[in-house]
Amino acid sequence: MAGVTSINLVEHALLVSIQDDITDTEILELQDRLSNKIAQNRIDGVILDISALEIVDTFVGRVIAQLAGISKLLAAETYVVGMRPTVAVTLVELGMYLPEIRTALSLTHALAQLREI
Amino acid sequence: MMPQSATANILTVLDTDFKGIIEEWLGTQVKEGVKRSDLFSDAESRNQNRELLKAFSKGIREGVAGEDFDLDDDKWDDLRAVLADVSRERVNRGVTPTEMATFVLALKTPLFKRLEALADSDHSMLLRDVMLVTRLVDAFAIYTNEIFINEREQIIDRQRQEMLELSTPVVELWDRVLTLPLIGTLDSARAQEVMENLLQTILERQAEVVIMDITGVGTVDTQVAQHLLRAAAAVRLMGAECIISGISPMIAQTMVQLGIDVGTVSTRSSIRTALSDALLTVGYVIKKTEAQ
Repeated sequence: MAGVTSINLVEHALLVSIQDDITDTEILELQDRLSNKIAQNRIDGVILDISALEIVDTFVGRVIAQLAGISKLLAAETYVVGMRPTVAVTLVELGMYLPEIRTALSLTHALAQLREI
Repeated sequence: MMPQSATANILTVLDTDFKGIIEEWLGTQVKEGVKRSDLFSDAESRNQNRELLKAFSKGIREGVAGEDFDLDDDKWDDLRAVLADVSRERVNRGVTPTEMATFVLALKTPLFKRLEALADSDHSMLLRDVMLVTRLVDAFAIYTNEIFINEREQIIDRQRQEMLELSTPVVELWDRVLTLPLIGTLDSARAQEVMENLLQTILERQAEVVIMDITGVGTVDTQVAQHLLRAAAAVRLMGAECIISGISPMIAQTMVQLGIDVGTVSTRSSIRTALSDALLTVGYVIKKTEAQ
């Protein structure tokens, strides 16, 4: 089941909406697709919308951190937007502070910050 | 002759002179100094005693098999219900546990007197009855105390809950600027409450900057610092900026001595500077009016 998660181009940024029922395989496949897309287009930033995500574990946390690392190497900033309070608390409790990613309240905020770069 | 049930005499006494027992019970309470006329009117006390004694007699009539009884039994439902009411009332008005126990135990005297009169000079019968009454009233008193303590614990629980809520207010200072004035000690339970409350409010108000003010926090040890930094990290993950303000020189020194690294979290000494920085972030400046 590939392609559940959509990657859309908004301005010069890639918008990725992660679904709540995303599987580990899908998220790895997404990582692959996303890296290719960033390399092919002139991309300033990647916006990961995780507002649908209700549960996180260390695996998802690590993949998000890796996505940020990959984009950075390909000269794009990663923004995580719409994180739910419970998800934030869980990540902090897992000790995953994700210092390498940028965060924003919503898509609008992230786009505004990207425009400033 | 049919063997008499163990409670027969006690019930006879209760049935023949119900009113008299209540009056004497009240009298004993006065003598023992546990009748709080300052808290309850005579009519109220009499009413409480009447209800209790009625329920107690009902319990004895139905809930004693042979010489055994168990106040947790269904048969004692009435007594437990009345007792719960009376205890609640008394706890709320500030009656002490001793007064509460003595109040119930005072019931023994009037019962003993009447049993003695009934027994005439049959001492073995009197002894048996007195022993049973003692056991019943003692169990009654112990149960009362238990309910009394339960009531108090509930009050304490409720107050703790209220304090927890009161002590973690998240205030909207300006559009998209929140502040969280922390006061007192920050233990794990409170830190958790604070964090959840804060993150929820960020979501609701779409806040961009949060000022956590620790002016009112007495001491900052590694534990407290850890809680603060975790909250700050969670705030950042939500996409808002976190400023910790109110760090006194004393606290700054302690934090450095403890080797606490705040990382990328901004810190300010006063809420004043934190506020002007926060407003700047969301695009406002505080300006003096020309006239002044």
